[in-house]
Amino acid sequence: MGSTSSQLDKDALSEYQELTFLTKQEIILAHERFSAMLPQEYKGATNIRLPMEKILEMPELKSNPFNKRICHVFSTSQPNDGSLTFEDFLDLLSAFSEAATMEIKSHYAFRIFDSDNDGTLGREDLEKMVTLLTGDSKDTSLNGEEMGQLINNILEESDIDKDGTVNLSEFQHVISRSPDFVSSFKIVL
Amino acid sequence: METDQVFFTDYSGRNPLLDQMPSYQASLNRGMTAKWRGTRRGRFSSSDSQKGAESSFRRNEAAEEMELLPIYALVQPMAEKRREKRRRLGKGQDLSRWEYWKGNYVFRQMRENAKVLQNHLQLWKKDIRLIEGMFGTGILSYFYFLRFLVMLNLAIFLLMFAFVMLPMIIVPHTSANVTWSQSGGGNCSSYKIGNPRALPNFHEQITDLLSGEGFMERTYLFYGFYNMDKIHFPHFTYNLSLAYLLTTVAYLLFSLIWIVKRSATGFKRSLVQNEDCFQSFCNKIFAGWDFCITNKTTAKLKKSIMLNELRIDLEEERVRQKIAERSRTERLRIYFIRFVLNVFVIGVLAACFYSIYLATSLSQDAEMNKKKVNFLMDLITEYLPSIVITLANFITPVLFSFIINFEDYSPSFEIRFTLMRCVFMRLTSIGVLLLSLWRKITRCDDAFCECGYNPDLYSCWESRVGQEMYKLTIFDFIIIAAVTIFVEFPRKFLVKYCNCQLIKFWGDQEFSIPQNVLQIVYGQTICWIGTFYCPLLPAICTIKYFLMFYIKKTSLLHNCRPSVRPFRASRSTFFFLVVLLIGLILASLPVVISVAQINSSKACGPFMNYTTSWEVLPIAVSQLPDGVQRFLSFLSSETFAASFFVVTFLAMFYVIALARGYKKVISQLREQLTMEGRDRQFLIQRLVIAQRRSKFNPKPPGRSSRSPRSPSYHTSFAYNHPEAMRLADSPPPSSTQV
Repeated sequence: MGSTSSQLDKDALSEYQELTFLTKQEIILAHERFSAMLPQEYKGATNIRLPMEKILEMPELKSNPFNKRICHVFSTSQPNDGSLTFEDFLDLLSAFSEAATMEIKSHYAFRIFDSDNDGTLGREDLEKMVTLLTGDSKDTSLNGEEMGQLINNILEESDIDKDGTVNLSEFQHVISRSPDFVSSFKIVL
Repeated sequence: METDQVFFTDYSGRNPLLDQMPSYQASLNRGMTAKWRGTRRGRFSSSDSQKGAESSFRRNEAAEEMELLPIYALVQPMAEKRREKRRRLGKGQDLSRWEYWKGNYVFRQMRENAKVLQNHLQLWKKDIRLIEGMFGTGILSYFYFLRFLVMLNLAIFLLMFAFVMLPMIIVPHTSANVTWSQSGGGNCSSYKIGNPRALPNFHEQITDLLSGEGFMERTYLFYGFYNMDKIHFPHFTYNLSLAYLLTTVAYLLFSLIWIVKRSATGFKRSLVQNEDCFQSFCNKIFAGWDFCITNKTTAKLKKSIMLNELRIDLEEERVRQKIAERSRTERLRIYFIRFVLNVFVIGVLAACFYSIYLATSLSQDAEMNKKKVNFLMDLITEYLPSIVITLANFITPVLFSFIINFEDYSPSFEIRFTLMRCVFMRLTSIGVLLLSLWRKITRCDDAFCECGYNPDLYSCWESRVGQEMYKLTIFDFIIIAAVTIFVEFPRKFLVKYCNCQLIKFWGDQEFSIPQNVLQIVYGQTICWIGTFYCPLLPAICTIKYFLMFYIKKTSLLHNCRPSVRPFRASRSTFFFLVVLLIGLILASLPVVISVAQINSSKACGPFMNYTTSWEVLPIAVSQLPDGVQRFLSFLSSETFAASFFVVTFLAMFYVIALARGYKKVISQLREQLTMEGRDRQFLIQRLVIAQRRSKFNPKPPGRSSRSPRSPSYHTSFAYNHPEAMRLADSPPPSSTQV
């Protein structure tokens, strides 16, 4: 593994350190993990896009119900297919790192939860979220009535301006008062 | 056509104009990535020309705001961040600020290095990561708590070692003279070691090792061994008895400060806001998923936990409604049941306490009689109080959690109430043990009252208390290990390999965090009490908790499934510390009483020359220079105490008032936010109408092309906001046809 870590030269390393919340060790580890996933002929290249399927095989993401959303949010590909470059991958780890601020974390969380990308969490987004959280097989999901009650409760608690959706600032307001969020919104390699 | 698209609400029901509002832009620039902006722009691509002016304006504002953040804290993809960095670098005139960030960066790197070093030194980093990945943050907080206690005990041990043990250890190797504590002679001063044995055989040695008697009694382990009063080094005199007392005070204070410091964040939060009452659902949904979880089965479990929790909460909501509708007879019935059950609980507790008292008396009497039956019986009588306490602690939680079902409380209150009962049980049982010991010690039948304690039976009562605490600690550890090996492991084995339906129904052991926490808090309380009487106890506790970490980890990984009742990490950490704090207060009570009130042993220990241990302090103070003496006596005077209390109370009231103020401000801001949201909606709708009208008015012929859309829009709008319609339409325009 020593050879792969040396491929990340010193300048790039310090720049990544400057641009992310990650420490040197974390960046080196991330690079090792990323290049281990690359096909043999591209080993070490940093500008290669890894397809989403490959990324989702990582144990850190595999059992996460939001894993596809995470890939889509951090992917910079056009059109967005959820594939990640090494830098996207670093962005992901930076946002999920221990050092990242509440602002950053809540912002990305909002975008991960906003599955239709419209900038607000509407009823459909919330419903989709709850389904992801509880599992989607028939006996494990809430029934329609329960779901309705739940979403009404959520909106009642968080939708401050009563427009029927949760926008970013409302979301951040709610999240800032939820003490567990920062400790649980974390992926460490 | 272009304009129409701009002002038309998009399919999500939001008006794009909303996005141009300054408030929204501010949040956007703080966060949105360019990519996202790109997709938005893509969607409203036709509107770009229109937005041009505004967006350049807001971009300036955004840049201003962005400048305030360090680059790594920007919510943008790497390429954007790099561009931003280059831009900041290139900006010559703004060098000072850039340098500021650069300095910050260097500072950050330094901090990072320190953190990496600290991380390397951290205990059990890998194990904790593993547990986090398998079970999530709730159970992790238990292990953090365990680690904290290891550190705390280590610190207390180092304190004890440095100021009490070390001077004694080095004396023989230096030229120092020692003033031994001298017993004044008489009845009180004959020291009889518990079980004098000429040639102890093996099993007696085992008994001694487990009970702290015999050869163990005259070691550094117990209070009685520290019988030096002062050590005269060539250049100064070390007052060991004073050091002993001050170290005791210091370790209690030190523990208090550390615990308070750790719980400060949790406390602050609960002071300003009680989150549970109005955003429990949001917490569960938005912050419910543990992104740390890497284990597949745990993820599955987490999902089912989530589902259960949501169902329970929804149920609870319904129950709450039902409670509100409850009739008077029903209410009376429930209160009656609760009353009866509470009386029952008190009865159970009283029975437990009485049996602890009996056991202690029995065990102490047996010891005094020095009647040897056989090895096992001796050991059992030695350990009788510990056995009874442990038994009580095993049975009562089960009983309590059964009883609570009939009391008809809300589910979350049920958990808390059962817990409070268990805390009470655990900690008070130690209190009862000490109380019965105290009664035994201070009971003087005839002429011995001059000593203030019973010198015939307890010639060195401090050591005896130390032995009791030592036994409790050892027994606690043995029980924890034994339960893991002999109960949990076979259970797992049975559940795994036996097809019996009943056993399957029984299922795997649950790792219940509250009970486990109570267990270690109980151990820690004993340790705090015992450290005065048994100065090496913190070292034993450090080792105990160290091993316990591995025992619990193994048991968790191999024998247990996580509890179905979830436990939130943040709340639990605070809760653990509160329970620990109760334990500390309870522990310092007997220590303080015995130091200040009960006469110290005349036959052993550092305080032989003094009536009570506390006396050493006034005597030491009286030898100090005059000025210092006057200052110290001022500190201990009523005047100072009263004024100090007044100042403290004032400060406390100030802080409480501040907290109330913040609470109020929060609710006001909330209200304001609501109002502003409504205002914004209202204004925008007015603006839309105004703009539509200004578009229609200049070219009435275009009307026909839009007519299919506009009426529907207007009607829906008019339906929601009739007053807006009135305002907007005050001079009825020709174009609108409602």
